[in-house]
Amino acid sequence: MKVKKHSSKIKTSYDMKIFNGIGYTLTALFAVVCVIPFYLVLVGSFTNEKQILTKGFSFFLNKESFSLEGYKIILESPNSIFDAYKVTIFVTLVGTVLAILIVTMTGYVLSRPDFPWRNGFSFFYFFTTLFSGGLVPTYLLCTKVLHFNNQLYALIVPGLFSVWNMIISKNFMKAIPYELVESAKMDGAGDSLVYFKIMLPLSKPLIATLSLFTALGYWNDWYNCMLYMSDHEKWNLQYMLQNILNSAESMTRIANQTGMVVATLPTESMKMAMTVVATGPIILLYPFLQKYFVKGMTIGSVKG
Amino acid sequence: MKGRDVPAKNGVSIARKLKRNKTLLLMLIPSLIMVITFSYIPMAGIVVAFKKYNYQLGIWGSDWVGFDNFRYMILSNKLWPLTRNTLLYNAVFIITGLVSEVGFAIILNELSRKKFKKVAQTMMFMPHFISWVVVATIVLNIFGDHGVLNNILNSLGLESFNIYSKAKEWPVVMVLMKLWKSTGYGTVVYLAAIVGISPEIYEAAKIDGANIWQRITSITIPCLKPTIITMLLLSVGGIFRGDFGMFYQLVGNNQILLETSDILDTFVYRSMMSTSNMGMSAAAGLYQSVLCFITINLVNFSIKKIDPDYALY
Repeated sequence: MKVKKHSSKIKTSYDMKIFNGIGYTLTALFAVVCVIPFYLVLVGSFTNEKQILTKGFSFFLNKESFSLEGYKIILESPNSIFDAYKVTIFVTLVGTVLAILIVTMTGYVLSRPDFPWRNGFSFFYFFTTLFSGGLVPTYLLCTKVLHFNNQLYALIVPGLFSVWNMIISKNFMKAIPYELVESAKMDGAGDSLVYFKIMLPLSKPLIATLSLFTALGYWNDWYNCMLYMSDHEKWNLQYMLQNILNSAESMTRIANQTGMVVATLPTESMKMAMTVVATGPIILLYPFLQKYFVKGMTIGSVKG
Repeated sequence: MKGRDVPAKNGVSIARKLKRNKTLLLMLIPSLIMVITFSYIPMAGIVVAFKKYNYQLGIWGSDWVGFDNFRYMILSNKLWPLTRNTLLYNAVFIITGLVSEVGFAIILNELSRKKFKKVAQTMMFMPHFISWVVVATIVLNIFGDHGVLNNILNSLGLESFNIYSKAKEWPVVMVLMKLWKSTGYGTVVYLAAIVGISPEIYEAAKIDGANIWQRITSITIPCLKPTIITMLLLSVGGIFRGDFGMFYQLVGNNQILLETSDILDTFVYRSMMSTSNMGMSAAAGLYQSVLCFITINLVNFSIKKIDPDYALY
């Protein structure tokens, strides 16, 4: 009996050893793989063009090939990068605040058990996730009827409402005791006062998470910019980056602005430098924000 | 008497209900405007798929052409390759994603070093934060002509290769980048579900002498089943909806790669923008929407029959 117990204990720890060996190795490997590309882009952005063109992007930064020319050109081409930053920051701030307001307001109404038409409205919202008219009718509506062309609100309005975020808010608010609403209404508070003074303060974790997701969506958006913005002074960071990556036209413009010939532009290191400039803030903030993301992902995930 | 009373009472109560819920209804208005404008009105705009769209005349003024746009789409022999690409890519994304996400969630849960787990998770979650535009730079940096990979190959004395001209190999890059970007995110979802499993079950299993493999296969995986099924149903329901951002940014208009990497979503966009054939583009979009609608309903209907607990709606 004693021997058997002993052997089983050894066996368990032997299993655990193999598992740990595989587990730690795989996890460490994948974690490194996830981060290395960021490092490589950073190295690339500091490498001089000649080195890139003759030898390719390298793994390590060395003294001989160190260069700031990519950054220099990007910062020299007057205003465009700062304009893009302004657009992105403005759109992200305004869009996030408005989106959170609209989404939580809707979630609040539909979470109220005494709201008589909550099921009908819930279906009305939910149906839009099942069927859509597709890109063409939406595009025609936005360009021909709503005149989105080259208007900043074209970058804000399409992201203002998300059915999924609304469902998350609804579920979160459902979990807040209804007695709080009842007693507040007994004391004479109106529905909007209940929302602003009770529901919103109690939904801080929800708001934190939704804000992060929404802000990230706005920051990383290039799609609406691509559809509606032809005026390059109103481009956001991501779309500007996309153009530097793909279009010769962008390169010509930058060359003209900095008084250089296109052929002499350090195009490859510029691409990397622009990526660093456009992603930098997100990556720097990331370690601080990450825990809210992880916490928030389980918020309101109760089915309903 | 009673029969006449009820409708009257209802009439009063509806008016009263409206009045009582006035504020709540007002609060719905912004989001109602949003879904009506950006979802319901475009649904009506589907008629453009049955018209020869003319920019001057607009949707309503353009001439009807019946199913001509669809016929043209079918005759151009694009429909099947596009549908197949969309379906196959998503199927591979779903399967590889599921394996890697559940796998890493199980591993992370069993590892005991807290600090290691935290750092690893932070690193794995990082790619989720960047846009596909940035991923495109990364692909260029690693796989491009002057990429790190070619640099390494050259220094080993091997010949360099240009992945951007290899249509056959390209899907591998897509799958790798998809896994790279979304595994960390998916892992968190499954990890949250594992953390919810009562630790007593594990304790009991340990006392009974169950080893780590037995604990994983007979406790963790069965307990994860509901989460796995829900996630699977959602992704299978959307199997005809491709990741436009990913395909557009990584493939772009590269004609060589389009053969193996054009999906319905990118086709709809490109035909709308470049050939300005609104009608056919709308037809392709409608075809995709209907396909998606049928799939999600089919998925939901079947799961309702098998196990109503898992029904999505």
